[in-house]
Amino acid sequence: MLERIHVLICGGTGCLSSHAKDIKKQFEIELEVLGLKDEVGLIMTGCFGLCEKGPVVILYPDETFYAHVTPKDVKDICEEHILKGRIVDRLTITNPLNKTQVKNINQLVFYAKQKRIALRNCGAIDPMNIYEYIAKDGYQALGHVLMNMTPQEVVDEVTRSGLRGRGGGGFPTGKKWQFTKNTVSSQKYVICNADEGDPGAFMDRAILEGDPHSVLEAMAICGYAIGSNQGYIYVRAEYPVAVERLEIAINQARELGLLGNNLFESSFSFDIDIRLGAGAFVCGEETALIQSIEGGRGMPRLKPPFPAIKGLWGYPTNVNNVETFANVPVIFLKGATWFKSIGTEKSSGTKVFALGGKIVNTGLVEVPMGTTLREVIFDIGGGIPNKRKFKAVQTGGPSGGCITEKDLDTKIDFENLTALGSMMGSGGMIIMDEDNCMVDVARFYLDFTVDESCGKCTPCREGTKQMLDILNRIVEGYGTMKDIEELEKLAYMVKNTSLCGLGQTAPNPVLSTLKHFKDEYISHVIDKNCKAGVCRELTHFVIEDNCIGCGKCARHCPVNAITGWMKTKHVIDLDACIKCGACKIACPVHAISSQKIEQEVFL
Amino acid sequence: MISNVYLKINGQPIIAKSNETILKAAENHGIFIPRLCFMENIHEEGNCRVCSVKVNGSHQLKPACKTFVEENMDIITDDLEIYETVRMNLQLLSHKHQFECFNCSREDDCEFLELLRRYSVEDTLSHLYGDLGLPQYFSNSSGAISIDSAKCILCGRCVSACEHYTGLNILNYNHRGTETYVGPALFHALEDSGCIYCGKCIQSCPTGALREKDDIKKVEFALRDPSKTLIVQVAPSVRAALGEAFGLPIGTNVEGQMFKALKELGFDEIMDTNFTADLTILEEGTEFISRLKNNGPFPMFTSCSPGWINYLELYEPELIPHVSSCKSPQQMAGALIKTHYADKLGLDPKNIVSVAIMPCVAKKQEAKRPDMGRDGYQDVDIVLTTRELARMIKRRKLDFPNLEPIKPFGLLASYTGAGNIFGATGGVMEAALRTVTEILEDRETPIDFKELRGNQDIKEATYMIQGKPIHVAVVHGGKAIQTFIEEMKTSKKTYHFVEVMGCTGGCINGGGQPIQHATVQEKVDIRSLRASVLYQIDAKESIRKSHLNPFVKALYADFLGHPNSHKSHELLHTHYEKRQAYQDVK
Repeated sequence: MLERIHVLICGGTGCLSSHAKDIKKQFEIELEVLGLKDEVGLIMTGCFGLCEKGPVVILYPDETFYAHVTPKDVKDICEEHILKGRIVDRLTITNPLNKTQVKNINQLVFYAKQKRIALRNCGAIDPMNIYEYIAKDGYQALGHVLMNMTPQEVVDEVTRSGLRGRGGGGFPTGKKWQFTKNTVSSQKYVICNADEGDPGAFMDRAILEGDPHSVLEAMAICGYAIGSNQGYIYVRAEYPVAVERLEIAINQARELGLLGNNLFESSFSFDIDIRLGAGAFVCGEETALIQSIEGGRGMPRLKPPFPAIKGLWGYPTNVNNVETFANVPVIFLKGATWFKSIGTEKSSGTKVFALGGKIVNTGLVEVPMGTTLREVIFDIGGGIPNKRKFKAVQTGGPSGGCITEKDLDTKIDFENLTALGSMMGSGGMIIMDEDNCMVDVARFYLDFTVDESCGKCTPCREGTKQMLDILNRIVEGYGTMKDIEELEKLAYMVKNTSLCGLGQTAPNPVLSTLKHFKDEYISHVIDKNCKAGVCRELTHFVIEDNCIGCGKCARHCPVNAITGWMKTKHVIDLDACIKCGACKIACPVHAISSQKIEQEVFL
Repeated sequence: MISNVYLKINGQPIIAKSNETILKAAENHGIFIPRLCFMENIHEEGNCRVCSVKVNGSHQLKPACKTFVEENMDIITDDLEIYETVRMNLQLLSHKHQFECFNCSREDDCEFLELLRRYSVEDTLSHLYGDLGLPQYFSNSSGAISIDSAKCILCGRCVSACEHYTGLNILNYNHRGTETYVGPALFHALEDSGCIYCGKCIQSCPTGALREKDDIKKVEFALRDPSKTLIVQVAPSVRAALGEAFGLPIGTNVEGQMFKALKELGFDEIMDTNFTADLTILEEGTEFISRLKNNGPFPMFTSCSPGWINYLELYEPELIPHVSSCKSPQQMAGALIKTHYADKLGLDPKNIVSVAIMPCVAKKQEAKRPDMGRDGYQDVDIVLTTRELARMIKRRKLDFPNLEPIKPFGLLASYTGAGNIFGATGGVMEAALRTVTEILEDRETPIDFKELRGNQDIKEATYMIQGKPIHVAVVHGGKAIQTFIEEMKTSKKTYHFVEVMGCTGGCINGGGQPIQHATVQEKVDIRSLRASVLYQIDAKESIRKSHLNPFVKALYADFLGHPNSHKSHELLHTHYEKRQAYQDVK
């Protein structure tokens, strides 16, 4: 029976952990009660990208966008919208500019500048139903390639498209496929790197959970091009949903003969197996990943020889990131010329970014290369919440650096971001405002890298630890100017002599914050003050003269450290203060900040 | 196809081969590049990053040990930036390192210390960044090898060496990042890990992180105990290598100085293990002859290498019935010292401290085996490695190279050439054949069995004895043992007699011998040079067959009766048992 309404429930990371499954169940119950079960299709899809507004529910065909849906709201949606055709206004988004209700997904400014290519099917199909993927031109590219193209023609098409690695390296994908194709060997492998270890990154996760077949199809195309009949997807064990959906997808593909022997009745056979990670960030590095699949300890190897020459078990291996693969079927459906027309001269196509931190619209966005940072942060991201000011944007996760206000009009592409002292990385984009302490940001990332260092080479193993120790001393109040000097020297040494990418890029957050925010370091070391009020030992909250005496701060203080009469400047008792920052957040006129105070000499 | 490559190192034009790395090309031309983790053919991971050099001006330095030369490459090995980088690397390693150089087994030849001096590393950053705390991993309960992570610089050479020489992979990296330490798996002690104590790890370690369990203090205390008589025995291989610790060239025979040093150190009686080597040939040869008479079991394996015995008990226990029941020469000497010799000297065996100087680390463990003693005492009380003896001599400030050579006196001190060659791979087999062939053929038979000499992993030969072909084999090193046993099982060829040594090269390359610098280990055939000392001594001896040793004959007449007699079995033979590594892991 033809369904007249489709309810798409977002099953992306954020929405899933906010009871998306319960929402779906509630729909089933309500629709049963109303007798509408046969008229309404219920689909749990992949990530829509506007995670801040989750849990998201979209109704088709009118494309109504409901935000912050709870299981309790389902009844209203069913009775009002589905049965009577009346939109539930309270669940729609309010336009911040003119305060009108945004009913339709197409009216959302969030999506206006995006171009969803890698995420094309996320939010549009049920990822656990191969027929929906096929209905959206799924596996057409593979069929076309096997029927009408030679392996070299396939490689050429990818090269012409200008596709570059989306995992962080930005290496031209066509070139990598060509190297692997050129190496003569009886056995070759295709590996999909789904280890996604950057803290805060979930681009690959969205693709694996929302559109797994795009990766499978791409790997098969790659196998055909380079001469391999076996692929491995190395997924981090912390993604059980992704693992489950991949297993389902692989089985469905095998059932339909889209994986296995003689695909599309050609002589080409290709199968895919899943390998799980075991909790090591370093296993996202391709040679460490290969060593992990081989059963060894995940430690990187020297390159050269590159995996394209000598990889898994010594055989030529092509390793690509999930997002890189997700772009491949589309290149063959719409052509390399079409793909090259998007983006910039040197970086074609789009990039998925995970917007996080101090931004109104947290979530996943996919923009053409060449979009400026300002457009992403303000036009798509909605700017900084709580009337705060932009301070910096951190791209590339623990391998990247900070970009400040003056460079916000930079067009995003691989070379531009590297020239700014940061890097594209896998797509993490964390926005920071004046309440972020940049020294603490560097310390946070270095803490992560120190924990994840494999320990094989001296610079990374010992050098990053020393850098972290210095940063810890600085944020605890024991830092000296000599420490900052030492920190920078260590940073360059680790960057220039580490064995693998983890060590070579670990100092980037430190070097970048030293370059753009040296004053904060100096303030921590000389004034013993953390202006942002983050480093507890160096935080001394002071109420300034623009205080309007509203008393909000005093009411929020958990230890009653603030006193003052109505309409007069309030005062914080620093001895009682526990530096929680509740007063700072509560103050409507931003009158509270951390200041340098006169104090006894530290011994 | 290897071609010439023209490049520049530090402005100097160099012609190198296209298959050479920057490190090799530089070293071939006398240009120094610091290195710590590189060991040719054994550990080539490029992970210490000390050998970082500037290639074509790039600030991203490259590891010279694994970067191949290319045409027109412009390499700088030493400028201010690189100097600072190397210094910082060494400083970072120093920070974690427990410096006990005054007391360390590598006080004279530590590769790390050498670089610290060369690069004028002044501080270890410890005064800035606090105490080291307890070492991550410390194990010396095995009594043979000590692992001390407080001195480890995580170069990884030991991990690779264990894999390369034995195939057993006893050591590997544990934990992660700054918590990384090298040791057996699952927090086990070394004695539970299946280690055979061959000591190849010690030989590859650039610092004192891996070392023999130091027993010098025990000897010093015993020397000063007025109630004790100290009797020392020395293995054949020690005289071939001891001189290296004093700067003498590899392959110098220091037998005379060695004995003089032992006398100076204060030992009461000095024995030569070569004597009991001869005795072993009598016992083992007789055992073999009886196997021939009874048609098996074949093959018979030798039993004097405790590294091999450890391997047997842990990994090939089904072969136990094949192995000769003879004790090693060390243990035979110990048994005789505490019984027959004690009697002769009128001493209570409990007041004798029997010390053995060995090229071997496993012998420290062997001396503790329950079978190796009786009535509440062990036959050998303390085993010192060649290195420990060298340290004792140095600490007493004896001018070793110029000591007046002496030859020991005493009943258990004279030897034939056959006993002396035990230390080289193939030596035991050759010595045994000299005796066995003569006894069986009942006529004078050849002395030299040159096919059994040399460093080939597995050597085989067939000799006609009493008209029948006797197949023998000589195997050395854990990997070769593995290969040989597998081949033996699959090919079903009958071997009659097989000599097995736990260490590649035999005892002269044992875990207790002086440690040569990595660069020397790569370039010089140390094994052959040391082995040649033993063969030279053998060639000069007037008596070169064990059964012609008059003192051995006298020992049988006076005390033991005849080879394999009841008394011999009681004192000179032992048994073996299956053992399991990682017992408590289900």
